[in-house]
Amino acid sequence: MSVIIILVIVGIVVASLFLIGFIWAVKSGQYEDMYSPSVRILFDDYKESANNDDGDMLADNNIPENKYKNDKISNQ
Amino acid sequence: MELQKFTYDNKLTNYFIWATVGWGLVGMLVGLTLALELIFPNLSGEISWLVFSRIRPVHTNAAIFAFVGNGFFAAIYYSMPRLLKTPMYSKALGNIHFWGWQLIIVLAALTYPFGFTQSKEYAELIWPIDVLVVVIWVVFGLNMFITIINRRVKHIYVAIWFYIATWVTIAVLYIVNNLALPVTLTLSYPIYAGIQDALVQWWYGHNAVAFFLTTPILGMMYYFIPKAANRPIYSYKLSIIHFWALIFLYIWAGPHHLLYSALPDWAQALGVVFSVMLIAPSWGGMINGLLTLRGAWDKVREDPVLKMFVVGVTAYGMATFEGPMLSLKTVNALSHFTDWTIAHVHIGTLGWNSMMNFGMIYWLVPKLFKTKLYSAKLANAHFWIATLGMLFFSIPLYFAGFTQALMWKEFTAEGFLAYPNFLETVTQILPMYYLRAFGGTLYVIGAVLFIYNVWKTAAQGSFVRYENDEAAAKAPAKPKESFHRRLEGRPLQFTVFALVAILIGGLVEIIPMYLVKSNIPTIAAVKPYTPLELEGRDVYIAEGCYLCHSQMIRPFRNETERYGEYTKAGETVYDHPFLFGSKRTGPDLARAGVKSLPNYKPDSWHFNHMINPQKVSPESIMPAYPWLADNEIDLSVTPDKIKAMRTLGVPYAEGFEDIAVDDLKAQYAEIAKGLRSSGIEVGDNKEIVALIAYLQRLGTDVYNNK
Repeated sequence: MSVIIILVIVGIVVASLFLIGFIWAVKSGQYEDMYSPSVRILFDDYKESANNDDGDMLADNNIPENKYKNDKISNQ
Repeated sequence: MELQKFTYDNKLTNYFIWATVGWGLVGMLVGLTLALELIFPNLSGEISWLVFSRIRPVHTNAAIFAFVGNGFFAAIYYSMPRLLKTPMYSKALGNIHFWGWQLIIVLAALTYPFGFTQSKEYAELIWPIDVLVVVIWVVFGLNMFITIINRRVKHIYVAIWFYIATWVTIAVLYIVNNLALPVTLTLSYPIYAGIQDALVQWWYGHNAVAFFLTTPILGMMYYFIPKAANRPIYSYKLSIIHFWALIFLYIWAGPHHLLYSALPDWAQALGVVFSVMLIAPSWGGMINGLLTLRGAWDKVREDPVLKMFVVGVTAYGMATFEGPMLSLKTVNALSHFTDWTIAHVHIGTLGWNSMMNFGMIYWLVPKLFKTKLYSAKLANAHFWIATLGMLFFSIPLYFAGFTQALMWKEFTAEGFLAYPNFLETVTQILPMYYLRAFGGTLYVIGAVLFIYNVWKTAAQGSFVRYENDEAAAKAPAKPKESFHRRLEGRPLQFTVFALVAILIGGLVEIIPMYLVKSNIPTIAAVKPYTPLELEGRDVYIAEGCYLCHSQMIRPFRNETERYGEYTKAGETVYDHPFLFGSKRTGPDLARAGVKSLPNYKPDSWHFNHMINPQKVSPESIMPAYPWLADNEIDLSVTPDKIKAMRTLGVPYAEGFEDIAVDDLKAQYAEIAKGLRSSGIEVGDNKEIVALIAYLQRLGTDVYNNK
């Protein structure tokens, strides 16, 4: 039944990964605010893009002008 | 702070939705076919690729990986960018993910019906497709994790934690369970044997339910219920507790699939304890989902989306209460191997998974196509038909399960089995199978209404591919020293990390040796299979016999009376893969070859039974397998199979592969001669003879040396 040892080790490794995730989440302040995240997701103020006229869903080339341009993190 | 504009792309969400809709119908139709085949065993005619045992994996895999899988991918590609205020990282990775996943599904549908299977439930895919699954999963993971890293919102909403847990755990489970030694392009043997293989498989199997059918759907619940009801989740704090408690408990519960098997008792107990503890987080989550709708029940009365969600979350609560109960040994003694399990899993899939998918799609498609739902009335009709369909499916099967288990266990006053003929316990519950098929038909009708409604909705609107949004830029990271530089200043941490790295390397080297060593038999009488039996075993796997016949006799008096001595761990050491089975639609076969037992059948009986079961036992619901008498075994691969088995630790003598074919032919001639004396002529190298050789071997090692 040596395989059970392996499964326990794999289980502990996975659990440890989650534990690290948990400690990170607490330390980095993920859970400091336990209310507003649940409300924030309800606010959708995004608008339909102007470039939706092209009905060709398969084509990837009808990307709007500003697509990804501002997507990079800038330090300005 | 600078305000940034960016664009969400709805293309892949849209693709995944239609894949969900299409594959969902396919999966349900195959399921209905299976339900009908159990009533009319020869419904498939003599078409080998439509027989119950070959298409059952098509149904389970389509439901799990195609219907639920595509559904939660749609949820992830829609909700994650909006929660993080960041478009998905890469369109190319997204496209590869979508098309790769559909390719896997198509390949699965093209291999299972033709007997290409690894036999492990929900992990039946042959090894080349397994490799593809891992590649696509990595592509999906990259796309997801880089998006999370690039996020503009610091807080990671609870739904995303559920998505992360899904990815990490499925990756580990899938790889560990599918470690196998390839023999040909379509055949491989798992590196684990017997009871060890069973433990790995059910550790995977249970967690596939946990991390493929539960955690991503919970993520879906935490995003789409608040959105559809337009109110925040009842308690955000509870959702966080739900998440962490659930993932720490889930991964240990697998052994509850092997209660009363040859698995050590302490491992069984561990599985039970963790399964029972799981009630707490699961019900915390259910209550959180339902209470989100407090004060909005008037909306639930009107809105089909919320109705679907309410039944879905309630079914989640029912299934996660029933699961721990089924894990108790006393309950499991009754429920295991019966239709009770089938009822239980369909509360989970028809109730929880499907209703959540339906609700999400009813909410999402009008949004994506900037229109209203084509017909709320039709959606309400779908809701009622589906709910009734689920109940008509499961409730009869609960009765079937109790009835059959009690009949198996019934003794007469004189101390004999009340129903020594297994078939009696099957014909008794056949009316329940009719009702189940009726429930399934209702469910399929509901799904057709759903597709029509969603299709009409899309047709009356116009697709909104891009949506603009804006958010504050991510705060620039503080300049800091490199990770390694910091690590170097901390000798203790550095040592720990180094140790972990070394341990991982060491494990990779040591584990295979360790496994091979521990496969050495503990029962001296147990010998490896002969080449013909080994070929027969592969036929048994390819035809999917294990889906209806278990090979695991539990230590209960009624089972030892009916089937013989209970199964021991040491008997299974050469079984790559294990074939315990999980359902007894037919009798257990673990001692099928023991002549002194009441259920022993001669070779000629097996031959006639395989060709036409109803000729031998008129009321049998086993389908016919006439092609076994025509199909031939491929002798050119036999030596490679022997070699592969030896590599895995089965003690075939050095050089045995050279005489394996001769050995096979000699044993074949013997059986063919026996059949001839019963008036049955059989040609050379037929699969049916190999299968008979295998069946007649089962259980004999232990008995003949008593």
